[in-house]
Amino acid sequence: MLKIVAIMFCGIAVGYLLRNYLLRFVPKAITVLIWLLLFFLGIEAGANPRVIGGLKELGLEAVWLSLMGVAGSVLLAWALWRYIQARKGGKS
Amino acid sequence: MKGSLIIVGFFIAGIIVGVSHWLPETSGLSNISYITLCALMFFVGISVGHNTTVLKSIRKLDPRYMLLPLMTITGTLAGCAVAALALPHRSLTDCLAVGSGFGYYSLSSIFITQYRGPELGTVALLANILREIITLLGAPLLVKYFGRLAPISVGGATTMDTTLPIITQCSGNNFIIVSIFHGFIVDFSVPFLVTFFCSL
Repeated sequence: MLKIVAIMFCGIAVGYLLRNYLLRFVPKAITVLIWLLLFFLGIEAGANPRVIGGLKELGLEAVWLSLMGVAGSVLLAWALWRYIQARKGGKS
Repeated sequence: MKGSLIIVGFFIAGIIVGVSHWLPETSGLSNISYITLCALMFFVGISVGHNTTVLKSIRKLDPRYMLLPLMTITGTLAGCAVAALALPHRSLTDCLAVGSGFGYYSLSSIFITQYRGPELGTVALLANILREIITLLGAPLLVKYFGRLAPISVGGATTMDTTLPIITQCSGNNFIIVSIFHGFIVDFSVPFLVTFFCSL
């Protein structure tokens, strides 16, 4: 795990050093690598009977976790918004 | 949206290959995907380090808006912690790891599959795709009832790219910098938080 974070920091350093150059291929490389990895993830999920058999339950779990995460972040964002508005005296 | 559909298409293509057992051996796959993940993180790092416009725009930002990423992260994790109470077969850290994707479904599901297996990885993929869809479809309602920061918070890690157009449309052009700053910080936190919760 530490290795992956270290690799990302190497990338950040390289990106910063090359900040004056256009790196058009980087977004493309990211997209292609994500495609590949999701393809692999699909193979792993598809070959695993527990995933395929439980797809409905996994989907419901996903909906539940997603909605609760969204609800939590909405409430705190609302609190911050009201705090900033109150300080500004109603001006947006 | 088109980009997301292509990504989901690759996932579904993978599922078809996996279900039909076209590949005689899948045990070497996690090694290959680990190496691909390392390459991906290197390129993600380059794009972060290369992006100096974010650093420049931060100077113009009202410091109180800098709290928004913190609100998003704590709010999401608190919501997922509550959600974990209703899922007795999942541990608290499993639920927090899924929540830590903040809509960055590709990266979070890949990480979680690496560390916790394809079952939770699939949950993470679906949950975080849904978060992006909620942002895209719900942004106008979120602004109406919960203020202009709400769609940015719901957008999570996606607010500097995929959901930026809808956010500027619903929250207004004044919130472009807030949205980009928020997306940058939350995006950056994803690999750290996901690996952190997976290692607990």
